[in-house]
Amino acid sequence: MPSRIALAFVSIIAIGLPFAAAAGGEDYLIGIATRLMIFALAGISLNLIVGYGGMVSFGHAAFFGIGAYVVAIMSQHALYGDPLLLWPVEISGSESALVVWPLAMAVAALFALVIGAICLRTGGLSFIMITLAFAQMIYFFFTSLSEYGGEDGLSLFQRSSAGPLDLADDTQFYFLTLALVILVLFLQSRLVVSRFGRVLQGIRDNESRMQALGYPTYRYKLTAFVISGSLAGLAGALIANQTEFVSPSFLDWHRSGEFLVIVILGGLGTLFGPVVGAGAYLLLEEFLSQVTEHWMLILGPILVLIVLFAKQGLWGSLSRRMGSHD
Amino acid sequence: MSPLLIIEQLLNGLQLGFMLFVMAAGLTLVLGIMNLVNLAHGSLYMIGAFVAASVAGASGSFVLGLLVALPVTALVGMALEMTVLRRLYERDHLDQVLATFGMILFFNELTKIIWGPRALFLDGPRWLAHSIEVLPDLSYPAYRLAIIVIGLVIAAGLYVLISKTRLGMLIRAGASDREMVAALGVNIKSLYTWIFGIGALLAALAGVLAGPIYAVEVGMGEDILIITFVVVIVGGIGSVRGALIGGLLIGLVDTTCRAFLPFIFRTFLPPSSADGISASLASMSIYIFMAIILTWRPKGLFPAHA
Repeated sequence: MPSRIALAFVSIIAIGLPFAAAAGGEDYLIGIATRLMIFALAGISLNLIVGYGGMVSFGHAAFFGIGAYVVAIMSQHALYGDPLLLWPVEISGSESALVVWPLAMAVAALFALVIGAICLRTGGLSFIMITLAFAQMIYFFFTSLSEYGGEDGLSLFQRSSAGPLDLADDTQFYFLTLALVILVLFLQSRLVVSRFGRVLQGIRDNESRMQALGYPTYRYKLTAFVISGSLAGLAGALIANQTEFVSPSFLDWHRSGEFLVIVILGGLGTLFGPVVGAGAYLLLEEFLSQVTEHWMLILGPILVLIVLFAKQGLWGSLSRRMGSHD
Repeated sequence: MSPLLIIEQLLNGLQLGFMLFVMAAGLTLVLGIMNLVNLAHGSLYMIGAFVAASVAGASGSFVLGLLVALPVTALVGMALEMTVLRRLYERDHLDQVLATFGMILFFNELTKIIWGPRALFLDGPRWLAHSIEVLPDLSYPAYRLAIIVIGLVIAAGLYVLISKTRLGMLIRAGASDREMVAALGVNIKSLYTWIFGIGALLAALAGVLAGPIYAVEVGMGEDILIITFVVVIVGGIGSVRGALIGGLLIGLVDTTCRAFLPFIFRTFLPPSSADGISASLASMSIYIFMAIILTWRPKGLFPAHA
């Protein structure tokens, strides 16, 4: 099958890239590739609710930013040795990836649970705008957190520690990110064909029918929203490590828009779409910003044209052409 | 906290509320009638403010700036509608969000190229530069009072336009059954273009009015856009009456929380943490308010198609 060959080809590039970059003296490429993977992960998480669940969230950057802030805040407390919380339980800072990253996912999931529980009472347009409004709310929350940098943001002293891995090394960090993306892709490929995934897609296509069949659709949607939020939290934890810095701009609503663009660009409701979308979007950004400093002037109309004329997205049309369905 | 201070803050809230209403009325018309989510509404607000600021800067007349900015922005809006937006009416909201998001990027950059990255200044008209004594010992800027008056005039004007005129009848008919109106021989395409023009004009009006109070800068339309969406959601999508009530409520909630929360928190917290907490709560207040309204009424206060 041609798509298998394409996949093998991509795998070879993904594995060989850091070595080729190091050999060619273009080390910055590893950073770009890592960033691409992280955005792909955020895209995958958003695709789960938008593409498979039909819930257009315009506030996904909130969970991304929450994940990033959890890593940075825990790291700051570990650095100064003062506990984050004294009551009801004492929580001290940490830099261990095994502690902090799951915590980032858990906190993002908790926020997703609360926000989702309110937002999912509405639907359609209201849902888009309410998720946006909640993201703004969290954005302003972090802006006013003066002990954690406020508007200026917060620098990490160092990346998380991960047992035998040295994440300060860009190549090792790249491979860990790649492994996480592949793991999430694998889990998602199982999820969308599972009973849960089928029900979710059923709700996307016709919610009242699923209700009539007796499914508690609200609970299914909320579960998907929470899973999606926690994965975005993981992506946020990774980006905080990669840039070694967090700021409220991570939760900017432009960022939420970017994630939607990545998902659409790749192809809604396709497994690999967000990866392709993230690649295309970041490369386009990289390319245009080298052509002119006013690259947004070109990017904006390109987005309009994509919406008007290339609805299936890149992976969508690619996989259709190759005759595979994923 | 004196009663006069409270009244002054309530007036500030009304002023912000009427400005939000002018902005939200255009957005909700386009949303309710054409079913179009137009994020570029904030760009039209920005264009209006920039055109007015440069005309007023060159001529020294705020009113001239306003009179030029309104038709120019309306024309930009109608051109947008005819070239791109009308292709999006039949698409889902996600497509509309993305396409108009692209437009925001475009207009922000274009504004930066034309006017430069620095903020412009727009002074209000000199004959409104004084303060008026609204109550004994309470004088209030005439310009801000003028915004309240203009908001009232727009509210009345839209009421008459929509419920008493032929155009308003067509607008209402087009909103409830597009095909039927078209079958009766009305050119629905140009009707929509005109409605969009009215929406753009209202956005420009809000932008020009905001100019002397807030900074005229790139991206100014985005913060207000999101608040405007909150207004539209709270008021009920497509309802001009909802936009009015929602705008006033949001304006009052935002202003009073910013003004009074620090006082309240300082009564039982040390000043430093009280200020921090009240500042963050105040900036979140309208979103919390919206969440409460929506838990109570998921479709907003005055849903248009209930």
